[in-house]
Amino acid sequence: MTVYANPGKPGSVMTYKTRYDNFIGGKYVAPSSGQYFENITPVTGQVFCEMARGNAKDIDLAVAAGWKAFETWGKTSVTERAIILNKIADVMEANLELLAVAETWDNGKPVRETMAADIPLAIDHFRYFAGAIRAQEGSIGELDHDTVAYHFHEPLGVVGQIIPWNFPILMAVWKLAPALAAGNCIVLKPAEQTPSSIHVLMGLIEHLIPDGALNIVNGFGIEAGAPLASHNNIRKIAFTGETTTGRLIMQYASQNLIPVTLELGGKSPNVFFEDVAAQKDSYYEKAQEGFTMFALNQGEVCTCPSRALVQKSIYDGFVADGMKRVAKVIQGNPLDTNTMIGAQSSNDQLEKILSYIDIGKQEGAKLLIGGERSDLGGELSGGYYMQPTVFEGKNSMRIFQEEIFGPVLSLTSFKDYDEAIEIANDTLYGLGAGVWSRSADTLYRSGRAIQAGRVWSNTYHQYPAHAAFGGYKQSGIGRENHKMMLDHYQQTKNLLVSYAEGPMGFF
Amino acid sequence: MPYSRVEVTGDAADMLRHLSTTYGRLMFHQSGGCCDGSSPMCFPVGMFMTSEGADVLLETLHVEGLDPIEFYMSASQYEYWKYTHLTIDIVPGRGSGFSVEAPEGKRFLIRSRMLTEDEIEHFGLLKKVPEQA
Repeated sequence: MTVYANPGKPGSVMTYKTRYDNFIGGKYVAPSSGQYFENITPVTGQVFCEMARGNAKDIDLAVAAGWKAFETWGKTSVTERAIILNKIADVMEANLELLAVAETWDNGKPVRETMAADIPLAIDHFRYFAGAIRAQEGSIGELDHDTVAYHFHEPLGVVGQIIPWNFPILMAVWKLAPALAAGNCIVLKPAEQTPSSIHVLMGLIEHLIPDGALNIVNGFGIEAGAPLASHNNIRKIAFTGETTTGRLIMQYASQNLIPVTLELGGKSPNVFFEDVAAQKDSYYEKAQEGFTMFALNQGEVCTCPSRALVQKSIYDGFVADGMKRVAKVIQGNPLDTNTMIGAQSSNDQLEKILSYIDIGKQEGAKLLIGGERSDLGGELSGGYYMQPTVFEGKNSMRIFQEEIFGPVLSLTSFKDYDEAIEIANDTLYGLGAGVWSRSADTLYRSGRAIQAGRVWSNTYHQYPAHAAFGGYKQSGIGRENHKMMLDHYQQTKNLLVSYAEGPMGFF
Repeated sequence: MPYSRVEVTGDAADMLRHLSTTYGRLMFHQSGGCCDGSSPMCFPVGMFMTSEGADVLLETLHVEGLDPIEFYMSASQYEYWKYTHLTIDIVPGRGSGFSVEAPEGKRFLIRSRMLTEDEIEHFGLLKKVPEQA
């Protein structure tokens, strides 16, 4: 067991600077407004640094810096780009602990997750796209004896990326790695709730990236995010967030006629068929862990398995065992490696979760466990902690239909396979889902029948590179985390070449 | 007492008056899902395009000193929300998509209660008894 010291305190593995400017054209520059905003750690609720309050002028500067860099970066060989991505990964690996602690402090999530998931996955993501871009090939179509279609991949140019706060570094890397690999330059806006950990990463890798290839403008959505998304000189916009902003992003993109990729919300079903409980073996334990996965990252995951559907024939016993496991989830100092659930990312996020607890009770859902804010005492009293919570109710209730983005599980039962699929699909969203069964047939059929982009089968919450991730229905457009994301950051250049010696004969 | 679907707390009304000095006429669109979602997004009128088929105008809010403020929600989301009354409150917070209050260090928040029998009848909401799931 280790408890990491708070950043900046004696013995800590890292220290945040007191202030971060925007990173534009390869150097840190003060925001044009001259203004900064305070950044709070959800661990204690205390301010720990100041961030540039960027605006449209800063976005203009960053886009211009991106285009300047694109003149050379867009022409680099895939080998050169892959080498840089691999070097970035190596530096991150050598600084795993430092980055993990920085991420925990900015976001509130437990350090055991940042050490074992967020940062290692981000490292692997750079390596994956370093490999993918080297292996990518265009195509040749021999249309007839004299006519050949050549297809080349070309970068788009300068692209905009708006990053969410739930996995600040990992979600940035999901977007950065394919965009850089494909030869684009980037203007990235971190979430204002978690604006600083990406700068700790930049501090380690900025010497590896050509000036202007990656620009970071901090600030608020309305002041910096909207000017980026609506900028008339970006070639693509990528966004992870919610539906209303997703619509706004598409609205802006339609005005500029540029492509978008969107990763939006979810209300993922986690379906447990009766044969799961056929034996109390290690598979049963695995399924029980899968049931408890709603608490991962404090439930602040777009694919949080926030609806558990348990077959009636095993419901009582399976749920009773599940409640015992939920009761054992350790909440505490996120910098303690024993802690399983940390702080919600912001005060308003905690308030929103509590407002859903309220409506859940009013709608008649039965509270099985949790339901309260946690006061962990000492300096953690000022942090934003929520007990893991389970409600039993009906799928038509708002707590079953809306993404709470907290450690709140809505639990219900189903009679048979058909009813399971019907309930699973009765949602506006289709990002993730889980199915659990010892029968390969049930697993396959249910996985194919659920309308979601990712169906975890006898597992949950794994995010390896090379498994496509993205939404059906109102959960977004595009697939990240896979080489197919390169297509979202590339133009196709077709050279249609005639090797015929004579005229076509029209004129 | 007139019937309403959406109300505004005094603190939220103060914030709206403050924001209107910078942004002019305002509107809300209730967001669904993900990080900043399940939250009311406040925009200057004209920034966010609503559409007749995709959105429901849930309420036109009257805040003293301001032009009427329209509150929209996507039609699909409304199906699950229609039996609840909403109150727009404001809490300390940080960030909210492109909603205009974020730089103030505040966040609009929806508080909900179930509609009363009277209200359900008034709004013509035939109460379907949802099937036992």
